[in-house]
Amino acid sequence: MEALNTIDEVKNIAGELSSGDKKTDVEQKPVFNKEFYEAHVESKGFSVFYKTNEAVKRVTLQIPRGKVTAIIGPSGCGKSTLLRAINRMNDLVPGCYTRGELKISGQNIYAPNIDVVSLRRRVGMVFQKPNPFPKSIFENVAYGPKLHLKLSKEELERIVEKSLIDAALWDEVKDRINDNALGLSGGQQQRLCIARALAIDPEILLMDEPTSALDPKATLKIEDLIDELRGKYTIVIVTHNMQQAARVSDYTAFMYEGILVEFGVTKELFTCPKEKQTEDYITGRFG
Amino acid sequence: MRLQTRKIIDKAFLASAVVAVILMISALIVLLGPILIKGVGAVFFEGTIEHRRLMLEMFERGSAIEIEREKQIAYEAKKPVYDAIKNFEKQLESMDYYTRMKYKKLLKDLNKAICSLLGPFPDAEKRLLMRDQYGQTRWDRVKVKLHNVLFIEKWDYSDPTRSGIRYFEPRQKEFAGTPIEEIFPYIEKNIERMFLPKKTFYWQFFIDKSFDSHFFGGIWAEIAGTFYLTVGAMLFAVPFGIIAAIYLAEYARESRFLSFLRVCISTLAGVPSIIFGLFGLAFFINTLHVSHSKSVLAGSLTLSLMVLPTIIRASEEAIKAVPHTYKEAALSLGAGRWNTIVTVVLPVALPGILTGIVISMGRAAGETAPIIFTAAVSVGKALKFYEVFTHPTPALSWNIYNLATEHEAVDEIRHVQYGLVFALVALVLLLNMAGIILRARFSKKLKG
Repeated sequence: MEALNTIDEVKNIAGELSSGDKKTDVEQKPVFNKEFYEAHVESKGFSVFYKTNEAVKRVTLQIPRGKVTAIIGPSGCGKSTLLRAINRMNDLVPGCYTRGELKISGQNIYAPNIDVVSLRRRVGMVFQKPNPFPKSIFENVAYGPKLHLKLSKEELERIVEKSLIDAALWDEVKDRINDNALGLSGGQQQRLCIARALAIDPEILLMDEPTSALDPKATLKIEDLIDELRGKYTIVIVTHNMQQAARVSDYTAFMYEGILVEFGVTKELFTCPKEKQTEDYITGRFG
Repeated sequence: MRLQTRKIIDKAFLASAVVAVILMISALIVLLGPILIKGVGAVFFEGTIEHRRLMLEMFERGSAIEIEREKQIAYEAKKPVYDAIKNFEKQLESMDYYTRMKYKKLLKDLNKAICSLLGPFPDAEKRLLMRDQYGQTRWDRVKVKLHNVLFIEKWDYSDPTRSGIRYFEPRQKEFAGTPIEEIFPYIEKNIERMFLPKKTFYWQFFIDKSFDSHFFGGIWAEIAGTFYLTVGAMLFAVPFGIIAAIYLAEYARESRFLSFLRVCISTLAGVPSIIFGLFGLAFFINTLHVSHSKSVLAGSLTLSLMVLPTIIRASEEAIKAVPHTYKEAALSLGAGRWNTIVTVVLPVALPGILTGIVISMGRAAGETAPIIFTAAVSVGKALKFYEVFTHPTPALSWNIYNLATEHEAVDEIRHVQYGLVFALVALVLLLNMAGIILRARFSKKLKG
């Protein structure tokens, strides 16, 4: 899949990005101030339906390349659905269909002739509950590369080692790399899942509430890891923990009941949000 | 509910559970105990010189010198009996017609009993059937035959209201006044020297071929036959069963056709086994002509149809039980559907699939009705591997029935019948244990 990178010049972001919201005569200050950024993932009027229920409502959103973007919002607002739409995991749900455009690097991934397998190679995913395969640690990380490439034993070992180093897990498991992965602690398993996703060298890493099932110490380790991965990968992280979003992300999107309410630089969104709904959510008035 | 009532109900449940377990264990003991004890009698018994002679002549087992020595001792002991009978026969030639007639029948019966017990006369011409070439090989049979020799069976029909009552009269009385009279106490006294019983461990019972309709030898043909049939049935049923289960669990979408399919599979599980046998005969042999007549191939195909529903059901349950998070993870890494199934789902479902396979193997090994029409014969040699496509075979399950009912000398081969039952039960137990161990090992590997 050869892709052309498009560079979007930011115009009136507030008016364009928040869909369904009518701004009349108030002059909108552009969020990014003439900052250029590459949109790695771009959606235009994108909706996801479960049978008749519209879980994601005409979202227009641009996720910048090489940065960490957080999607926050109360439970059931459609953030996981939007995330899973990016690597087409929603295809697994019977009765789920989409409308609108979702482009990665300028290519609409919901076009009819798209090879989903190679899409999922470029977009990796880490799930809420760590789900390593009941195989050895080595086998877990090597699973992805073995699927797509023909590699010699040494090459495979190198890839596994690099992925585990990148996921900050190598030191802890290098002596027991052939032991069953289910013997690791929760935090280690989650880092193993991250290593497994990194092993196929994706461009985008999707994380669906990666630390909600972990203790605070493990959570911290994962957040440090996200910090390290910034720049090398485009990371989109869904979290219901606002403090985590504030700590970890560069940009934040706030969703409510399927609608993208606000999108902006994290610092600005959390200190002076543009929408009242955002402010209510952040201050805890609902959610 | 009051606490007292709850406690009583709890105790009652516990008691009934314990009673159920005890009943089950005692049923098992009552069932398996006699099988094991009597079946072991086919392998551990007191064997006579005739047995060792047979082992040497037919299988070349045992030291020839030792057995020759024993043969001499036994011959020395038996000689007076043979001589006495021969002399009396010669004497009889010179007697009058009436005496000769009287003793002719008595002598014939006596000869039959003596030959059955001790073996043929030393210089008589070699008999056709092997069972007539040897005396009794087992000490327990010696005692039975000795009774035959010493006593004549007579029936008393004097009481018209009851059917004939059997009673025994010492044969000695019949021959009163003749030289034969003395051989009876002689035989009784010297019976041990005639047979030299020794504790024998005839483990080769399970690998020897049988001679003369299972009179002598072992049950290897039956064991091999059951083995071929079971393995063949599994070879056909397991691949089809697992693939069908994958389709039902992963690919099929709920529809009328799918429900109908499920009903068909469940019905197949309930069809009587003899119907399977008839179907196998009609379809595989007469229509498809997989073989000219009965064969292991046709039998295996029939058996595989019989165990297919079990395998499909067990595999489908096992595949459905695989947590969908594993599938999600695999798919998110870019695995295709079939790849996910083979590399992630099947390995996790393997313990459940194995259980289904092991249960089916036990069933296939023990079923009789499907193979009656398609594969089983009563007497035969153990098949070589390439013969399974064209030849029928003896099998443990079929021969248990056959040897216990349709054999010409059912009483003589009791030990073989018990041996067959023992072999079948042991085979199924071994298969189940192997399955349990394999399953435990796979489960452990998956749990980490």
